[in-house]
Amino acid sequence: MKSSTTSKRLTDKTRTSIAAYFFISPFFILYAIFGLFPMVFSFYLSFFRWDGLQPMVYNGLENFKFIFSDPIFYASIQNTFIIGILGTLPQILVAIAIAFALNSSLIRFRNTFRTLIFLPYITSIVAVAIIFGLVFNNQPFGFVNYILSVFDIAPIRWDGEYWPVKIAIATMVFWRWIGYNTIIFLAGMQSIPKELYEAAKIDGATVGQQIRLITMPMLKPIVMFVVFTATIGSLQLFTEPLIFLGRGLREEGITVVAYLWRDAFVYNTFGTASAAAIVLFVIIITLTGINVALSSLIGRTKRKPI
Amino acid sequence: MSAKEIGQGKFSLKRLSVYIVLIIGSIVSLFPFYYMFVMSTRLNNEINSVPPPFTPGDDLVNNFQKVLSNIDFFGAMGNSFFVSTSITVGALFLCSLAGYAFAKLQFKGKNILFVMILVTMMVPPQLGLIPQYYIITTLGWLNDFKALIIPGLVNAFGIFWMRQYIEDGVPYEIIEAAKIDGCSNFRIYWNVVVPMILPAFATLGIIVFMQVWNDFLWPLVVLRDPAVHTLQVALRALNDARQMDYGMIMSGTFWATVPLVFVFLLFNRLFIQSLSEGAVK
Repeated sequence: MKSSTTSKRLTDKTRTSIAAYFFISPFFILYAIFGLFPMVFSFYLSFFRWDGLQPMVYNGLENFKFIFSDPIFYASIQNTFIIGILGTLPQILVAIAIAFALNSSLIRFRNTFRTLIFLPYITSIVAVAIIFGLVFNNQPFGFVNYILSVFDIAPIRWDGEYWPVKIAIATMVFWRWIGYNTIIFLAGMQSIPKELYEAAKIDGATVGQQIRLITMPMLKPIVMFVVFTATIGSLQLFTEPLIFLGRGLREEGITVVAYLWRDAFVYNTFGTASAAAIVLFVIIITLTGINVALSSLIGRTKRKPI
Repeated sequence: MSAKEIGQGKFSLKRLSVYIVLIIGSIVSLFPFYYMFVMSTRLNNEINSVPPPFTPGDDLVNNFQKVLSNIDFFGAMGNSFFVSTSITVGALFLCSLAGYAFAKLQFKGKNILFVMILVTMMVPPQLGLIPQYYIITTLGWLNDFKALIIPGLVNAFGIFWMRQYIEDGVPYEIIEAAKIDGCSNFRIYWNVVVPMILPAFATLGIIVFMQVWNDFLWPLVVLRDPAVHTLQVALRALNDARQMDYGMIMSGTFWATVPLVFVFLLFNRLFIQSLSEGAVK
């Protein structure tokens, strides 16, 4: 009798463990098949020549040599960074300003403003790129060119020149994501305890001091989160250049993901596409490392000076 | 709230500048929607004239008929709806099940496994794009919704989010009580946990549904046949058509965006709240 109750206890604990592993297993199984394995296989494929149909042929480092001698590949890396910075850096600053305004208790209709500012986030990137494709049309009837013509500025070829392409795509990124980041910053600001401001006021702190010494330091983890997601997001830019520039994907606006997509699914050179994916992987690991290092550095200096 | 304390001194000036920021922000957000609507009601030759039109015309229906003659708009919308619903339902089930295990069950390696899930969030899926495509062709899933749905069930963010919610929202006592009553772990999940986390289903469901609905790269790669195109892929086909009829393209884009705007306006508070909770935690 007694032994059977202890064994039942034991099985109860094991049963719970087994159930738990069972409950979490779908994620790990599916991720292994559709996430981890493909990533590892990308490394393998990057050393082979393959068109997707014929058997793979070992190619050594030829794929890497090829992409690193391709000026368009360098352009794609450069474009990704420039568009990423143009699209996200001003966005984060403006998002903080809007969040600050939304957090003010001086205003009415806060929810209406919040909804309106958030609205772009729910549109698909395809739709955004199509709409802005007409806003940044090359012809004089394109919205921006028309506005410029009012100031006597000649029409700009938005999809064919170095800076205009990048500005147009960065604008799309800016418009679609600013509402999202505003909401994140707003949530961060609302989570700051009011007592901190009250205590600061009692100590005689000015408005500027309150922003500098309370709001900004308390918001740091949120800023790090936003910078991190924006960095990863920028490195994945694909839809905007593809829709805006069409299948041709001109050199001025092609991004790394667009480059590897075109290699694989337009040119059927899966090996060089995989090599490009590996380079992107290295870039992401490096930037993530820098991000982590920076955030721990900032986290440490935070407490020192007042 | 905090700004009240900050801005008490210069009351009206501060208030004015706050309103200016918000009004400009709202106009910038809304203008492209308005512009899209205007263009979807205009003929191509009107759009191509200088100055371009800034007010709605009367070719709303006309343009949409042209859309229908170019792509199977409602078919694509049905496909998008089917795929988004399937993934949402499946992901909610799997994420809450795993979230429950991580929040309330004891097992070896729990923390390290959870950290592994978080790490996967940082790695963009595009890095394995080519082998993923290879797997799909090997399985014979090209042009099959399975190619979207099965990989779409992997959702690290959802597990993370559900774990947080279940940890705070479901007290241990209730689970212990159910255990004493002799419920199996799955029965506890199904009969006790699920009814308590229905609001979490609603909020996470909207997020997942919207992400799948708007997804583009992966559907573009695995859905080649126009009959299985999702709305986003179909819109791209419309945009790539030989002759650029902007009125028609904008009409397709407009009608593809409208349903989502409605869903959003219905649930907007829930939606915004849940997105920001995910980040602040």
